[in-house]
Amino acid sequence: MRLILRALGHARIAWSGAVLLLLALAAAAAPGVAALIGADGDRVDLYQRLAPPSLAHPLGTDELGRDLLLRLLDGGRVSLLVGIAAALAAAGIGTMVGLGAGYRGGRLDAALMRLTDGIIALPLLPLLVVLAAIDLKKLGLPGWAVQSEAASLYRIIALVALVGWTTVARLVRGATLSLRAQDFVRAAVALGASPLRVMLVHILPNLASPVIVATTLSVGHIILLESVLSYLGLGIEPPLPSWGNMLTGAQETIGLAPQLALYPGLLIFLTVIACNFLGDGLQDALDPRARRR
Amino acid sequence: MTRFILLRLLQVLAVLAVMSFIIYALIGLMPGDPINLMLASDPHLTAADVARLKALQGLDQPLLKRYLAWAQAALAGNFGYSRLYATTAIAALAPRLANTALLMGVSFALSLVIALPLGAMAARRPAGALDTAANLLSFAGISVPPFWLALVLILVFAVALGWLPAGGIATIGDGGFLDRARHLALPVTVLTLASIGGYLRYMRASMIEALRQDYIRTARAKGAGEARVLWGHALRNALVPVITVVALSFGSLFSGALITETMFAYPGMGKLIYDAILGNDFNLALAGLLFATLLVLLSNLAADIAYAAADPRITYR
Repeated sequence: MRLILRALGHARIAWSGAVLLLLALAAAAAPGVAALIGADGDRVDLYQRLAPPSLAHPLGTDELGRDLLLRLLDGGRVSLLVGIAAALAAAGIGTMVGLGAGYRGGRLDAALMRLTDGIIALPLLPLLVVLAAIDLKKLGLPGWAVQSEAASLYRIIALVALVGWTTVARLVRGATLSLRAQDFVRAAVALGASPLRVMLVHILPNLASPVIVATTLSVGHIILLESVLSYLGLGIEPPLPSWGNMLTGAQETIGLAPQLALYPGLLIFLTVIACNFLGDGLQDALDPRARRR
Repeated sequence: MTRFILLRLLQVLAVLAVMSFIIYALIGLMPGDPINLMLASDPHLTAADVARLKALQGLDQPLLKRYLAWAQAALAGNFGYSRLYATTAIAALAPRLANTALLMGVSFALSLVIALPLGAMAARRPAGALDTAANLLSFAGISVPPFWLALVLILVFAVALGWLPAGGIATIGDGGFLDRARHLALPVTVLTLASIGGYLRYMRASMIEALRQDYIRTARAKGAGEARVLWGHALRNALVPVITVVALSFGSLFSGALITETMFAYPGMGKLIYDAILGNDFNLALAGLLFATLLVLLSNLAADIAYAAADPRITYR
């Protein structure tokens, strides 16, 4: 029994990775396949509203008669793109903050970590709702940039990255603190390497595993956050589909077509849990001290 | 200790002051403005009227000046008038603050009562059956989109089975204890499941660490029973790092409350803030965000004080 469970623990990385890869591939291949068979996820067919599953529409259609399966795949592309792009941006900010704080120490460290803890402790969702509602034109951005279809995509990536870097920063700071005291770093300092060089050339490569783990975990977290904001109508704006905004309309038609409410949420759940398992598994694999006994 | 609490209270005030400025500036960047809203309701206003109104309301002043005027009024307890609720912002806010405190308090207590013992017991046999089950529960809890969980629960318990109400806070004309409890059941379930995972994982990790210490071996060697070792010796030490995590979690608890309240039409602060922002009710959104921040900061402070109670080694100066 114990052995089986342990084997499952190791298999976790494999299967969660496989699930994610499969989802990503399906979402990436969707437009190509759809074009090949002559289908289109954006095509409205008002005679086929809320249709039950059929051969032409394997999962049925939504409230505008669009094919649910194609919409799900398109939405997945958006959700995964936001998750990965924002997680990478957040990892970049977090690594810089953590590296600076951990290496410099002293006042800078205290100030940056106060800031990090402060951000973690704040009620972020209400603040994100305000940030998402901001009129970018009042910030002096040109109208064409605000009106374009991709604007909501870039905006949400920027917003989420702005608050998502804290986990990475804390982990990187911790790892930097212990690396800073090690002999190879002190040797580099003794040889006259500049602080920037020590940080970037000698410490940064050794931070790979905490950064990879934290980034993987935050992809899941960010996809969740994007879905919440899109659901509330403040994230990805229709007609561009995301798993979150597909659920917005589904609440009203839940009695007629419960599948509309079920599948997008199920896909978010599956993706996020796979990211979390992958991150947790990677942590066990990359950090021998944290390995469960 | 008193000195520590006073210092932390000062800190809370400082953070609140900074946040109030940031929020004030952000609200000013939201689409539309109060004068435009007045214009929409009265087409007879001329450009001269608009300029006069702007000057009257102080909207032609620079941001810092406007903020200081607002802060001065706010300090005197005047947060302005709510457009949506046609009453003062404070009067719209007060009852909702209590509702949210109830929802958050019950969910918080419930998730601790489940997560801490479960995490402690799971730590006894890592990778055992209980640990695996607890692990699955916590991963499911942190991975499920809360608004979707709420949708599914409404679908099952309110629509299909008809056991529980789909939303609101009380049946009109009832409002007894049992009625309130029935309305709280689903929102509390969603919020509890969303916050249980984090606590559970930290408790488990911290307990595993504690059980590896020398004093546990000593306790076992002197013949203490398993229950005494676990609950008497290990638990209290394992709790200390968990409390820091709990202290930082009130912000996300409030975020969860915003989603839960919106889904279940529960008249709380989260839904109020969301409605105020979407409805261009600037005064109310501002006051709501500020009180939410205050609620979270004070909860953090309470957790910091609990830290001292759990770990007598910590002295506050």
